Amino acid sequence: MRKVYLGNHQIISPLGFTSLQNLESVSQGISAIKKHKSSHVGEYYAGHISTNLLDEAFLELGKVEEYTKLEKMMILAVAEVLQQHSEISKDKIAFIIATTKGNIDTLSEENLFSKEKAKLPALAKTLQEFFNLKETPIIVSNACISGGLGVSVAKKMIENESYDHAIVVGGDLVSEFTLTGFNSFQALAKEICKPFSKDRTGINIGEAAAALWVTSVKPKIDAVQIIGEATANDANHISGPSRTGEGLYISIQNAVREADIESHEIDFISAHGTATIFNDEMEAIAFNRAGLKNTPLNSLKAYYGHTLGVSALLELIFTQESLLQNKVFKSLGFKEKGTTKALNVITKTEEKPLNITLKTASGFGGCNFAMLLKKETV
Amino acid sequence: MRKEFYITASVKIKNNEIFKNDRSIFKVNRGLSIQDFLKEAYQFLDLSYAKFHKMDVLCKLGIIATTVLKEDYSSDTALVFQNKSSSEVSDFQHQEKLNDFPSPANFVYTLPNIVMGEISIKHQLQSENAFFIAEEFQPQIIVSHTESLLKNNKASTTICGWLEANLNDYYVFLNYIEPQGEVVFSAPTLLENYIHE
Repeated sequence: MRKVYLGNHQIISPLGFTSLQNLESVSQGISAIKKHKSSHVGEYYAGHISTNLLDEAFLELGKVEEYTKLEKMMILAVAEVLQQHSEISKDKIAFIIATTKGNIDTLSEENLFSKEKAKLPALAKTLQEFFNLKETPIIVSNACISGGLGVSVAKKMIENESYDHAIVVGGDLVSEFTLTGFNSFQALAKEICKPFSKDRTGINIGEAAAALWVTSVKPKIDAVQIIGEATANDANHISGPSRTGEGLYISIQNAVREADIESHEIDFISAHGTATIFNDEMEAIAFNRAGLKNTPLNSLKAYYGHTLGVSALLELIFTQESLLQNKVFKSLGFKEKGTTKALNVITKTEEKPLNITLKTASGFGGCNFAMLLKKETV
Repeated sequence: MRKEFYITASVKIKNNEIFKNDRSIFKVNRGLSIQDFLKEAYQFLDLSYAKFHKMDVLCKLGIIATTVLKEDYSSDTALVFQNKSSSEVSDFQHQEKLNDFPSPANFVYTLPNIVMGEISIKHQLQSENAFFIAEEFQPQIIVSHTESLLKNNKASTTICGWLEANLNDYYVFLNYIEPQGEVVFSAPTLLENYIHE
């Protein structure tokens, strides 16, 4: 079976509208999470993208009033990634969209767009028309593993030679819809979240879009290969993490098996780390069962908040860049061990030689995701 | 050589009628509401699964369909689903409650893949999941994703197909895919069976 590599990418977030700006901000320990106010939930902490800045950036691509906020975010991300592959016919590229709720904000009466926009196929149609694609993009909507699963879907399509290349674009908003939902679970932190830390009090949500090039063509320099990936369901609870970390453990085991490596060869883990009591505890149990308790690990949730359907994609891009730059980013917000099982949480952004890295994610519905990346040096 | 897989069972639910392998096994008056139909189907199948009553329509359809499709499953049976309207029914319910008291019990159903969680709990599947959304039934991606899982031993069998519930209607068409059988698993066959009356 042919190998599949990760290529260039673009991140649109409150920390910047290029991947470079995002990487720099995170290197400097800057968080996108700020205090905001909502008519439904009162004060809350989240990462919002400035509509003005977004419109300014979008101006050169299209009419700002014709597209929703999420569409503009996603189009900006895809346009940049595509631009670097203008020699390849767009018909030869698989387009995959990953999102949980898409344009869910259009269900609100205050929103100027039609409620029809809230239907996910309409989002695919908008991107298809904007980029003049022959085929309608494929949509993956699988809770908070969507962005990672989208890359797995791309990998499979390239492996079976349906396509040579794919663009995976993920995106989700901070909407009153999701805010009120997480608030009803009493899951929202009243501060910047603290993944894996003893004093953690819950999640922040954030908005972002990200696009990533996935290809069968080995990049001449900086080749990062997907060597294994899997999902697994906990079969335990639809909104609560498994107490044994079963699904996450199985997904890691299956990814390790496909990669044909030993778990001790994994140099770094980009964890999900939402900063809820139960999620972080579940992850600690699963990583311990998988023999990864000493492996350096971080969560990026205190930089961005939980960006839902795009989070696993955004964090996978950071994992790819960690490999290429031999650099690990500190797990912002972590002070003191806060799980019953030990973890090696990264407390300092620093250079570190990396060869194989693991990205994981978990979500409602009991779903779990694991993907292993390997750097191929020439 | 291309490795082949087979469709060994199917279930279809539409117009208040359940078909197993194209044969009608249960039917109520088309005028009955979907909730009443689901309740009667639950009794007909003798489900005795209290959680069922808390679920949204999409999950109820998924539980009924997978219960009809096969008696039991191996725990590495993958789920590869697709629909058009995601979790629209629960989305509208949550949206309506935004101004008073949104309930976590409803909010959790505002994701399409929750039905895969419910099915996994019911049948104890700790397996691969993928939920796709498409305007119309797109069997190509379902077939290629399923084949990849089976070929690479990430699942021993798969339940795949269409599971749709929206504000006006519903339509379920799930298939059981195995390494042995008679009907070859392919996109044209799935499409033909999907539209077959």
